[in-house]
Order: sequence, then structure tokens, then C-alpha cells
Amino acid sequence: MSDWQPTASLEAIKARAELLSTVRAFFAARNVLEVDTPQLARHGVSDPHIQCIAVPGHGYLQSSPEYHMKRLLAAGSGPIYQLCKAYRDGEAGGRHNPEFTMLEWYRPGFTLAQLVDECLALFAELFPQVPSHAYRFRTLFADSTGLDPLIASDAALIAGAEQHGAPAGLSKSAAVDYLMATRVEPALPAEQLSVVTDFPAWAAALAQTHPDDDGTPVARRFEIYYRGLELANGYQELTDADEQRRRFARDNTLRQQNRQPTMAADPYLLAAMDTGLPACSGVAMGVERLLMAGQGSDRIDAVLAFPWARA
Amino acid sequence: MANYSTSEFKSGLKVMLDGDPCAIIENEFVKPGKGQAFNRVKLRNLRSGKVWERTFKSGDSLEGADVMDVSMQYIFNDGEFWHFMDQTTFEQKQADEAAVGDAKQWLKEEDICEVTLYNGEPLSVSPPNFVELEIVETDPGLKGDTAGTGGKPATLSTGAVVRVPLFVQTGEIVKVDTRTGDYVGRIKS
Repeated sequence: MSDWQPTASLEAIKARAELLSTVRAFFAARNVLEVDTPQLARHGVSDPHIQCIAVPGHGYLQSSPEYHMKRLLAAGSGPIYQLCKAYRDGEAGGRHNPEFTMLEWYRPGFTLAQLVDECLALFAELFPQVPSHAYRFRTLFADSTGLDPLIASDAALIAGAEQHGAPAGLSKSAAVDYLMATRVEPALPAEQLSVVTDFPAWAAALAQTHPDDDGTPVARRFEIYYRGLELANGYQELTDADEQRRRFARDNTLRQQNRQPTMAADPYLLAAMDTGLPACSGVAMGVERLLMAGQGSDRIDAVLAFPWARA
Repeated sequence: MANYSTSEFKSGLKVMLDGDPCAIIENEFVKPGKGQAFNRVKLRNLRSGKVWERTFKSGDSLEGADVMDVSMQYIFNDGEFWHFMDQTTFEQKQADEAAVGDAKQWLKEEDICEVTLYNGEPLSVSPPNFVELEIVETDPGLKGDTAGTGGKPATLSTGAVVRVPLFVQTGEIVKVDTRTGDYVGRIKS
């Protein structure tokens, strides 16, 4: 049996240690505080596209440190970042492992554009000399697929996805997700940092929404892609506790429709938001993705000492 | 049979798709940002041998296929069916021409083959990687030519035609790689 051995090379293991120290130095220089929040907690995320791993008798392994970090922000922490493990059930594949490393940070008072700039400043240290290019989700999607995701009919978007091999019976938003993952993202130039902003409002998750030029609601959310990998996902954070309550309820309605377990709304997060979450922007990055991009690998096994199959 | 969810898909898993038993070759998890996740799956249709690519919503499931690979001894051909025997249970199975396919040109009585059973019946047959067969017909080669530059066609006892070196003669037993159809060597008797 040779499965006891790590799948990552010693160079890749060293590259991880180096990246973590670069990240810590980057935030130390900017006076962003490193924090440590629970990975095992009573409540898990309600997003129907993310499945938490339940720990019977305790709660859930956290799929991201977001709820706890927002409670620190509401308590007046100021700018904070965290490097931690995160867990997602069912996410295993060439680029996914059910346990992975997350870099997440929050900037009170930052607009989304300021946070994009800070991400690019970090990337300049991790990926020297790589140019960046900004896209709006709507135009990028339309250029690749010929469909405006915000105003095309449900039927047109679903037919467009099925034409490219999507399974039958998708909803409109799932059809857009499918085309994004299979047509739009792979067409982005590999050797640049592609910043995509203004996602459809239905993909807002915990971001604020605002009307686009023609009044269609879009989310204050961005993603950054490099070498075919989605590296960063950022939001201008929702601060309205009542809107947060409505999104918890809507997520659970979707979960019931999908025959998924419902997730109780986290009362600590709601109480913190009732007290007042400062206006802020936040972003999450997959550390393994950063390492894969740095090494030009599209296999997460190449950057994990022991991926799930050997854990 | 049990149902398998996309999170259980892995290379080698046998599932039913469009009424045919298939083997999963590759399973790739695709997830855009925070949206719907998909599994892009490559499968080999075990009946036709064709490779299919399908995308499933993550969490969807497929019915498992009752497919087993069994080592069986080839016994005889009755003109319509090829008969195989399980050497531990002595149970016999008959395979039709569609199941035997290209393997038929390599089947020699008593050789051990890999038979894929679907619902207990032969779906496909793989011959041994190497078979030893007698040459029943080939042109006499030039005496003294041992280099065998171009070679010549030779018909084997099963009907298969392979290229052999010029010095190999009718009546000799040759070893052939069934995966490539290449001559490997002469068997000294």
C-alpha cells in the first residue's frame, strides 16, 4: 500500500508554508487583525448550494467563517482576516476537497471596488507581473453565450444550457450557473486575472443588490478568475437584518423544494445584525486554489498533503 | 439494485443510463461560484462500447447496474452460441455473437476469458491478452530469412489473420497479443 504517502510534492508543501507567511505579512502591514473563530458550531449556512457536514450532538462543521466573523465586526473588531479550514459535504473532485483552507477577510468602510483593488494587491505579491482585466457579468455572459442573463427569457436560457449538454429540468438560475461554469469561465484568458462584477441579483447570497442602468437588480459581488480557477468571491455585505431574515427563509423554501434538510436561521448572526453590522466588504479565497494557480496545476491533490481519498 | 448519488460516482462504478448498463470512466465536479453544482461524467456503454459524456445536477442519482466481471473457460461454439463455464461453480453460460464481438477470432477451447455478466447473462467477452494458436495457412517463406523484415499474412486456426515473419510456417504455433493483434513469437514444441 502506497496510499499512506502524501500526494503533494515537498515543493508544494513548502509553497503552502510560503504563501501563508506572505498572506500574514500582507495583512500585518495593512493593520488587518488575524482572528480565529469556531470550525464546529451549532448553526450552519442556509445557502441551498452549500451542504454542511453535520456533527451529531454538536451542530455543523463550518462551510466558511462568515457568520462568526460578522459577529466580530458587529462587536467593533475593525478590519479582520482569517486563515482556517472549511468543510463542504459532497464537494470532491479534481478541484474540490470536502475539507479545504479558506482565506477570508472583511474591510469595514470599503466599497466593493476598494476591496477588488486590495485583492489585486495581494495577487501582485502571489502572482507577480500578471495583468488584470475587469468584466461585468452581464456583458461577459452575453459575449460568450449570446444571451443576456438578466433579461433573456427563462426558456431561452434553459434551452441554451441544454444545447450545451445540461441535464433537463434546470431552473433559470441553474441554467445560468451551468453556462457560466461550462462556457463562460473556460473562455476567459488563462494568463490574466479576470475580475467579474455585478452578478445577477438571484446570485447575491449575502451581498447587497442595486439596480443596474436599466433598472434590473444586480448584486454587489465580484469573482476573480486566473488560469481557469475561481480564486476569489467577494461581496459588499448585506447589513440589513430583516433582509437577512428574508434570505434565510427563502433559502429554506428552496431547500424544501430540493428535498434538502432545512437549516435553522443563526440567531447569533441575526442578533449581531440587529445591533448593527458596519458597512463593509468581504472576500473569501480558497487557499488551495491560490496554490494551484501559482503552480499551474488543475489538480487539488497536487497541493494537499492528504486529500480526502487518503485522509 | 441500489441507487448511487453523484457524490458516490467514481471510476469503475456500474450504473444504468438510458436502459443500458454503463461503467463510469471519469467523474468531474463542476461548481460555478456559489451556484448550482454539476457532475460531468464520462461513461462507457457496456453494451455498445461507446463512450458517453453526460452532465448531472449534483445530488441526482442513477440506478446501479447488475454487472459483474467473471473469469470463465471457453468450452465450445455450437454454431450460434459460444459456451463458457465458471470453473468454480461449473455453471455454464451461452454468449451470442453480439456479446462475443471481436473476441471470437481469438477464442480457443479451454482458454480462460473475462466474461462481463449483466443480470447474470454474458454482455461482453474479453479474450486472454495472449493466445497461442496454430497457423493453418501461410505462404512458404524464403529459407534462411530470419530477420523477417516485412512479414506475411498467416491465417490461424480460429480464422484470425496476423502478420508473421517470413520464416514462420504452416502448422507452427504462434503467440499473439489479442489487444493489438500483433505476432509475439513462435512456440517451440
